[in-house]
Amino acid sequence: MKSLAELAAIREKMKNRVILREGQGDIRVVVGMATCGIAAGARPVLSAFVEGVANEGLSDKVTVTQTGCIGICQYEPVVEVFEAGKEKVTYVKMTADKAKEVIEKHLKGGSPVVEYTIGNNQ
Amino acid sequence: MKELSLNILDVAKNSVKAGAKNVEIAITETDDTLTISISDDGCGMTPEFLQNVTDPFCTTRTTRPVGLGIPLLKLEAEQTGGGLKISSRHISDHPDDHGTVTTAEFKKNHIDMTPLGDVCGSVITLIQGSPDIDFLFTHTGPGVSVRLDTKELREVLGDEVPLDNAEVLMWITENLKEQYAGA
Repeated sequence: MKSLAELAAIREKMKNRVILREGQGDIRVVVGMATCGIAAGARPVLSAFVEGVANEGLSDKVTVTQTGCIGICQYEPVVEVFEAGKEKVTYVKMTADKAKEVIEKHLKGGSPVVEYTIGNNQ
Repeated sequence: MKELSLNILDVAKNSVKAGAKNVEIAITETDDTLTISISDDGCGMTPEFLQNVTDPFCTTRTTRPVGLGIPLLKLEAEQTGGGLKISSRHISDHPDDHGTVTTAEFKKNHIDMTPLGDVCGSVITLIQGSPDIDFLFTHTGPGVSVRLDTKELREVLGDEVPLDNAEVLMWITENLKEQYAGA
């Protein structure tokens, strides 16, 4: 059983890291999680980003957040990637697998996966 | 929706939008019923709004966040022979005791019953999306007894570590899975 002691251990481990994170996190991944997004399959897409960012050690650089209806429900699940100094990238009709690819090529590699962007799916 | 757990996620997000500090999600099962109850201490709805809340076409632009979420849940409950009830106390009429309770009852052996699906995934998603809100999740019934109270986790984690920390979310996922497995 996952014990509260293990949770306390996470707290100890994090103590030193929290300060480091201040002022960082220059990439923001926003997943649309309104009724339209949820019905289209946004929940596994969000988990893929949350888990992927943690597993790839990108937590200091990337924050994953949820938002409401972005307004293009027919393209859900929609994911927007904001990066300081760069144009917003909008990914449409996302899946958990596509999310993994975006983490690898875009968040880690720095080049958007054009194939999944809204410009390529209209 | 493919899973009732997605309806739970969707409707609980209304509580988040209503400014709730505490959201309680309770799934209660008997041999032939499954009841989902979502209660919050958010701003509540006015009686006029409450009357129209299950009608997808009665929503105005400002009320648009309600949209199809409630009508979908109602449909899914009614197609099993169950139903949906919502009671709400609006902040303007009940300044000290406001909030909303949404209860959907399903006849779970009906052929049109939507599967419950990945409830853990929905609970995790809610916590990740609103790490400052306290969620109490319970699932009880024959052979199931699951409970997660973010207040208790917060006491252990203190102020330094937020609930949306990746390792904390993983801990919660594992904890819920083990509870479901009966560990």
